[in-house]
Amino acid sequence: MDAAAAPRTLVDKIWDDHVVAQAKDAPSVLAVDLHLVHEVTSPQAFTGLRRRGLPVRHPERTVATADHSVPTTPRNLPILDAMAAAQVDQLTANCAEFGIPLHGLGSPSQGIVHVIGPQLGLTQPGMTIVCGDSHTSTHGAFGALAFGIGTSEVEMVLATQCLLQRRPKTYEVRVDGRLAPGVSAKDVILNLLSRIGVAGGTGHVFEYRGSAIEALSMEQRMTICNMSIEGGARAGLIAPDETTFSYLAGRTHAPTGAAWDAAVERWRTLPTDDGATFDKTISIDATALEPMITYGTNPGMGLPISANVPDPEATADGPGRRAIEQALGYMDLRPGEPILGQKVDVVFVGSCTNGRISDLRLAAAALDGRKVAAGVRMLVVPGSDEVKREAEREGLDAIFRAAGADWREAGCSMCIAMNGDQLTPGQYAVSTSNRNFEGRQGKGGRTFLASPLTAVASAIAGVIADPRRLPGIEALGAVGGR
Amino acid sequence: MAEPYSSFSSRVIPLPAENVDTDQIVPARFLKVTDKAGLGDALFRDWRFEADGSLKNPAFVLDKPEMAGRQILLAGDNFGCGSSREHAPWALVAWGVRAVITTSCADIFRGNALKNGLLPINVSPERLTQLFEMSAADPDIELTIDLESQVVHLPGDEDLPFDVDPFAKLMLLRGTDELGYLLGKADAIDAWEAARPARVDTRIGT
Repeated sequence: MDAAAAPRTLVDKIWDDHVVAQAKDAPSVLAVDLHLVHEVTSPQAFTGLRRRGLPVRHPERTVATADHSVPTTPRNLPILDAMAAAQVDQLTANCAEFGIPLHGLGSPSQGIVHVIGPQLGLTQPGMTIVCGDSHTSTHGAFGALAFGIGTSEVEMVLATQCLLQRRPKTYEVRVDGRLAPGVSAKDVILNLLSRIGVAGGTGHVFEYRGSAIEALSMEQRMTICNMSIEGGARAGLIAPDETTFSYLAGRTHAPTGAAWDAAVERWRTLPTDDGATFDKTISIDATALEPMITYGTNPGMGLPISANVPDPEATADGPGRRAIEQALGYMDLRPGEPILGQKVDVVFVGSCTNGRISDLRLAAAALDGRKVAAGVRMLVVPGSDEVKREAEREGLDAIFRAAGADWREAGCSMCIAMNGDQLTPGQYAVSTSNRNFEGRQGKGGRTFLASPLTAVASAIAGVIADPRRLPGIEALGAVGGR
Repeated sequence: MAEPYSSFSSRVIPLPAENVDTDQIVPARFLKVTDKAGLGDALFRDWRFEADGSLKNPAFVLDKPEMAGRQILLAGDNFGCGSSREHAPWALVAWGVRAVITTSCADIFRGNALKNGLLPINVSPERLTQLFEMSAADPDIELTIDLESQVVHLPGDEDLPFDVDPFAKLMLLRGTDELGYLLGKADAIDAWEAARPARVDTRIGT
């Protein structure tokens, strides 16, 4: 069998389709189909272009939005933080100067970059997609090779629409079975991370496969792919299928007519061939999964929600034990205590992980007619302006407000705490975001990562609570959408 | 653009923590800058300073007087995980760090570091433990990093070889950058693009 006919993985196929040049001992010159740009990691790249007198090679394959440092207070208010305002203004000026389409603040299509790409139909199967943001892995849910890059690479892509990359290794993540009521995509990825740790996927790209993955909606798939980087993998993909095509059909940038038919035909050739091999493999039994929550200071420090805080003494002496000790010290948790019942000050529902309409529908359905516990501040931050409008059309905002939650404008918000939405030192948050690093949600703040359902259950209880005990949880599985 | 990466000797900064994420290296509130300069003070900000801006007591390793001028960071596994912010290597370089010796760096951080004259050196877990032990026994041990021959010279004439991507090595030794190389591939890029229609046009709908 010659090399061309050998069975290939999804990643291999996309990779092979985008190699522009390959010199001996050098990385591949890899073509980029879509470049997403935001205000935080791009200014220095534009400065670099100016210094060299270079144009943007393909402004029409580039798209920008402001998301990281933007306030989530009403849009008619100015940005109070002078540095954030300057950064947003800089993005606007850079896009104008270099001809890059901008979904800026105040535009109806503004939002978190990894929410608006799929929403606009820009994210499509088989593409290479990059952004100066590690959660670019989100777009892998469509069967695209999508990964985060640094600012030097942003400059390279702006200038040449290409990157220099070595072919990654492949890592199969098989998830078979059926998720129980109250268990969601977020729990699947937190479970994977708790097994392989935050470096388990270094040098690799995940491909999520199996019956439990195939059963997920596109938005649930995005939640899983989003956190691939938390396992050290720059990218995580899911083969495109009918769910993918039906999500894409009719979106602004999706092909139409004969072009749509041709695209679908091409996309159907992408899934991994029978007999293709992966460099690594892990299997997860979806049926056995519980809701997951993190106890520590990286996303790999996760537990089934009925479990107890781990005891460092039960871990072999070494870096692993020291890490747990340090994490429990920062979190001020005691070994052996149940994680259920731990104090909660803030509940954050939002982010590129869980800020999509289906996440908000689920959160609202679980919260409907109930109240956020006294002393708990709950923020609901839609992932995009479009998500916000849709939620308001459906009356979800009224449910959140009636429960005592704060309904805000779109942005990254308390996931990265650059915009004033932040924890105060010592506060505990149950957060649907992606990182629980020390200080991530505000200096001295402490984060428990969990699903939207666990976040809502905890908001109602005022302490960490099991979403499987929410009344009517069996019926909530049907809420959400594509 | 950058200075060619020459061989150098330095004492080490020991940071025996695993999974040091880029939010620790540069907290997000320092990402509102629009240039690369001046991030040295943001480096490990929340591990170094109290809320009122005073140094922690006891001081974080970087702020011990004897660490001034040291260029080699010795760190635990998976250094630089998390966010893709290139501010992390910018801040390390601004402080004066030129090499990180660990068992592995996170992928995005490694790429960013190499583009900024910061050399990640991977060693075995046993070797890393040994280096930490050496530095604990004698905080003033000096290492020499020779990228050209891919060895770290340890005290006592021991040489520790390391792997480095041959292309990244070439770029570092010449002090050239990848964008220069890519711009030189313009003909290949033109030809590739001419044979393939664009997948999207982002101008629609804005």
